[in-house]
Amino acid sequence: MTSLAYAVRDSNTMLRRNLRHLLRYPSLTLMLAALPIIFMLLFVFVFGATLGAGLGGTRADYLDFVVPGILMLTIGSGATGVALSVATDMTEGIVARFRTMAIARVSILTGHVLGSIIQTFIGLALVLAVALAIGYRPTANPLAWLGFVALAAVVTFAFTWLGVALGMVAKTVEEASNTPMPLTFLPFLGSGFVPTGTMPAGLRQFADYQPFTPFMEAMRAALHGSAPATHDLLWSLAWCTVIALGGYLWARRSYNKL
Amino acid sequence: MIAVRGLLKSYGGRVVLDGIDLDVPAGSIFALLGPNGAGKTTTVNILTTLVRPDAGHLRVAGADPVTDPDAVRRAIGVTGQFAAVDGLLTGTENLILMADLHHLGRREGRRRATELIAQFDLTDAANRPAATYSGGMRRRLDIAMGLVATPRIVFLDEPTTGLDPRARRAVWDTVRALAAAGVTILLTTQYLEEADQLADRIAVLHAGRIVASGTPAELKRLVPGGHVTLTFLDTADVTTAARALDLGAPGDGLTLDVPSDGSVHSLRTLLATLDSTGVQIDGLSVHTPDLDDVFLALTAKEPVP
Repeated sequence: MTSLAYAVRDSNTMLRRNLRHLLRYPSLTLMLAALPIIFMLLFVFVFGATLGAGLGGTRADYLDFVVPGILMLTIGSGATGVALSVATDMTEGIVARFRTMAIARVSILTGHVLGSIIQTFIGLALVLAVALAIGYRPTANPLAWLGFVALAAVVTFAFTWLGVALGMVAKTVEEASNTPMPLTFLPFLGSGFVPTGTMPAGLRQFADYQPFTPFMEAMRAALHGSAPATHDLLWSLAWCTVIALGGYLWARRSYNKL
Repeated sequence: MIAVRGLLKSYGGRVVLDGIDLDVPAGSIFALLGPNGAGKTTTVNILTTLVRPDAGHLRVAGADPVTDPDAVRRAIGVTGQFAAVDGLLTGTENLILMADLHHLGRREGRRRATELIAQFDLTDAANRPAATYSGGMRRRLDIAMGLVATPRIVFLDEPTTGLDPRARRAVWDTVRALAAAGVTILLTTQYLEEADQLADRIAVLHAGRIVASGTPAELKRLVPGGHVTLTFLDTADVTTAARALDLGAPGDGLTLDVPSDGSVHSLRTLLATLDSTGVQIDGLSVHTPDLDDVFLALTAKEPVP
């Protein structure tokens, strides 16, 4: 077999290991989905009527507006989850064992990435299910849904690599649960919860150009069944490339440095 | 099987290994003995490709761990100091994970896992998550995981630290069985009894240097200390016995230490001599030097004269 075939085979083995973890420890997945769900219920039922009026509509209009922000929170939450599981692995002896074996070295990382993407998608499905239960009615057609899933996959892929890197450089599991915090905070400083046009200058520019805003705008368009604006798509892909590549290189560097 | 010459390693200016030489012949058990911080784990980590040495000539199973780590990795099984098992997977799943990573194939992997579960007495716990195992069971699973691909060399870093006496004996039996099957074993330990029980050869590591090496018997010979302690009923007998044995003036107590190798022959001679003087002996105990004497003498802060 070629070294690429070995890398695929070993990554697949590691993925199976991480999927078993998901099954054995479902409370982690539920906890990761719980945070965005609580935020959604809070924003829709507590602030929703007022914020909806600010948009010139009702609570239902605000639910429609806020769902992409909540989905982005879910992806950030998933990055925290992978940081936790990577840090747990690193602080236990099992990774040292893997490193004394003749296996494709990247497979431990790719196994985590693939497992976490699946975990995040379970979280996204749970969040969407709750959103639908409280009255969310997206107007996307099958093609737009496909576009939404593809976009969510690309964004999740990028943030998962960042999460892997954060988990890898964390010295303790506690540290790994704290460093990805900005990922659950940044959607608020973007177009996730209110339109950026209402923000003061300075903050508004930051909100318009930070990575989460084009993701959320593109998702919002897709869920409405319309084509996302080209610049949102381009910015999304550019940010994803930078974040994924940066996360990958950072994670690989700290893994090889051990 | 393992050859090390002039191994050096320091961390940030602190010298951890200061020129180590080791030779472990194929099929033997070699014990690296030393107190905490002596450099045992660093040596194992370098030989198992986890850490790069600063200098030194290394051969593990004919390959260089620095330039050809994968060749070394294919020949070795490693059980580190901290149980490297996946707590969320069951015992069987942990072993199958190893089999998959060694590309043994599905059927062969299952067969090997079942075999090791039975061999390591884990049958009852095979389908429980490893997180629920006792310390001894985790250790056994840990060692079994290092053996899935039937390695030629097995490294065991403090395999019995923290285990109760029964679990420790079970690990010893495992190590002996492996050696009997022709596997080369390098283990580290801070227990002298363990090195004495298991090893063909021992190297005593202290502050990054090998301060003594040899067979357990050779090491014991380095330190005098074999004696017979005699207990008498009154001090007059002590004086009489001391004179008869040519020992010089005894202390005030009722006991007398007589240098001896502890053999039956020398005991017979000793007792015959004492009988001829007519003294009453209340008790007798034989002390042979053990590795504790050697260890304490060799790793003392001040050099032993």
